[in-house]
Amino acid sequence: MNRIDQLFAQKKQNVLNVYCTAGFPTLESTLPVMQALQSAGADLIELGMPFSDPLADGPVIQDSSTQALKNGMTLARLFEQLKDFRSSIQLPVILMGYLNPILQMGVENFCRQCAAVGVDGLILPELPLPEYEKEYQAIFEKYGLYLIFLVTPETSEARLRRLDAASKGFLYAVSSSSTTGKDKDMGDQTAYFRKLQALHLKNPVLIGFGIKDKGTFTTACTYSNGAIIGTAFIKAIANANDALPATVKSFIQGIIA
Amino acid sequence: MKIAENTFNSPYQADKNGFYGRFGGAYIPEMLYPNVEELQLKYKEILADPSFQEEFQQLLTDYVGRPSPLYLAKRLSEKYGGHIYLKREDLNHTGAHKINNTVGQILLAKRLGKKRIIAETGAGQHGVATATVCALMNMECVVYMGSVDIKRQAPNVARMKMLGATVVPATSGSETLKDATNEAIRDWINNPVNTHYILGTAAGPHPYPDMVARFQSVISEEIRKQLLEKTGKEIPDYVVACIGGGSNAAGAFYHFLDEPSVRLIAVEAAGHGNDSGESAASTVLGKVGLIHGAKTLLMQTDDGQITEPYSISAGLDYPGIGPMHAHLFESGRGTFLSATDNEALAAAFELTRLEGIIPALESSHAVAKLKDLALRPEEVVVVCLSGRGDKDMEAYIRNLDKF
Ligand SMILES: Cc1ncc(COP(=O)(O)O)c(C=O)c1O
Repeated sequence: MNRIDQLFAQKKQNVLNVYCTAGFPTLESTLPVMQALQSAGADLIELGMPFSDPLADGPVIQDSSTQALKNGMTLARLFEQLKDFRSSIQLPVILMGYLNPILQMGVENFCRQCAAVGVDGLILPELPLPEYEKEYQAIFEKYGLYLIFLVTPETSEARLRRLDAASKGFLYAVSSSSTTGKDKDMGDQTAYFRKLQALHLKNPVLIGFGIKDKGTFTTACTYSNGAIIGTAFIKAIANANDALPATVKSFIQGIIA
Repeated sequence: MKIAENTFNSPYQADKNGFYGRFGGAYIPEMLYPNVEELQLKYKEILADPSFQEEFQQLLTDYVGRPSPLYLAKRLSEKYGGHIYLKREDLNHTGAHKINNTVGQILLAKRLGKKRIIAETGAGQHGVATATVCALMNMECVVYMGSVDIKRQAPNVARMKMLGATVVPATSGSETLKDATNEAIRDWINNPVNTHYILGTAAGPHPYPDMVARFQSVISEEIRKQLLEKTGKEIPDYVVACIGGGSNAAGAFYHFLDEPSVRLIAVEAAGHGNDSGESAASTVLGKVGLIHGAKTLLMQTDDGQITEPYSISAGLDYPGIGPMHAHLFESGRGTFLSATDNEALAAAFELTRLEGIIPALESSHAVAKLKDLALRPEEVVVVCLSGRGDKDMEAYIRNLDKF
């Protein structure tokens, strides 16, 4: 069973998914951050593959991506770093990123390496649904990789249903149409969250974008199975240096305790 | 005049999903989907609407000053042989071909009920052309421009401000056109309802490459008529245009795509030379990749990170090309050349001294390749002179004693 399914079979409420950029804050931070997230009590890890031109991201995640690339991060190096990660990490892990580096590596080669190291799913926001169904789905399935789709407040109901049908593991509900890290008021989005609930979607729903603390996490969780934190976490660990595990722990505890 | 209708089944036109061969498409995050889908569903219908056509044509005539002249450059022809005609897009209102597209897109934005306009700009010509139509239509206008370009194209920044636009510096990457486009797209993601993005070149997600090409196709439509009047033949031997994203080239090539005898010459910017590590020649240095929502030829590392291009010309300083051009390159229908900074500067000074026309640095790249065509006396060449050089006076003055 895919680890993402296992997670949602066991836990239906307050699922905490944390985004971190691979190779940030230092090249060798990838694994220590993931290990710290696991021991601090996160449920899911979304590992960002750094890209030079991250169109959907605000300044904080952009800068983390730039820093990771400066640190020497590449997709090939990421797979080296992840080689043995399953010996210490049991949480489901999703790789999130932009398509171009994957195209350069070759889609099948990329998927094979994901499967070999133990990655469970992918978030590829630029991959069009029809192209996924036509050219990618069979490859992803062959390697047991779940593709998670995004929906936004502007997504029509018909399309929501299409995306829910195609999505595996969970559905990623973007809280407001924005780049990552925008401080839009979650309170304005309750109508949209209620609509999502009323649709009785096939997938569990995690809400992301704008979740930055206990308050926003709790609000999101009242309407969904859990939430995703990115920018706030990247900010918290940006200058953690030696104190990384402690910083991660206090950040996560501040959200879920 | 009529905006090109896609009635012919050309292998060089976008298919219904916006693909030119294997290039094009719309690789966009879900946050952009409703806006892009709305355009995909409505653009052809809106463009074909008689009231749209009428308004568009009227503005092109009375406001832009079309048709732009087709000028036989006699002294240039003496030097390089053949009959060299310049398509004078530099004489359009605001000084470049960019206004053809912005007039079209502002009318479209009005019909979509949008209240706010955003744009990216490199040389500032597209920014000025966008700010201009926004002033005309009383719309809010925000233009993203790389900080490097804000410095090297200062006169256009001043014009945009006077026209009432807000110019926002893009400070990431190489702080040029690519980065300005990133910021414009991010703005659009954050303003999904009231904003239309007037993209300024034949790049980006479907339907932009096709839509922009259609608005610019007036260039080749006029060339055909004007050539017929002047030479008795609608069809030249060569059409030459510079390529940043590829909008003036798309417009100049459009009505010749299916005339196999016409050689389509696209000129990219080679900066300090294609081996120097400082160039913007995407067909020479690029591989298939994704930039700004389209699959095309893209300058990138082996790891798939987009590399920073370089050209003296802000409008050509872009690491990709529009998908139509990637397909023209790969299919062999187009011939792709590149001109260095120095070749472009030399061509600008030569055109100025032979014909009394100071071209934009971008357009100078096209003029620079006349020397490589080995023209025969009877051959007819049309060079798209995409813009005028006012914005580039600082670069020209700096190089005055070299040429
Ligand atoms: C005068 C002029 N020519 C050409 C270009 C390049 O754009 P495109 O390739 O879309 O024609 C620009 C862009 O700024 C320009 O200002």
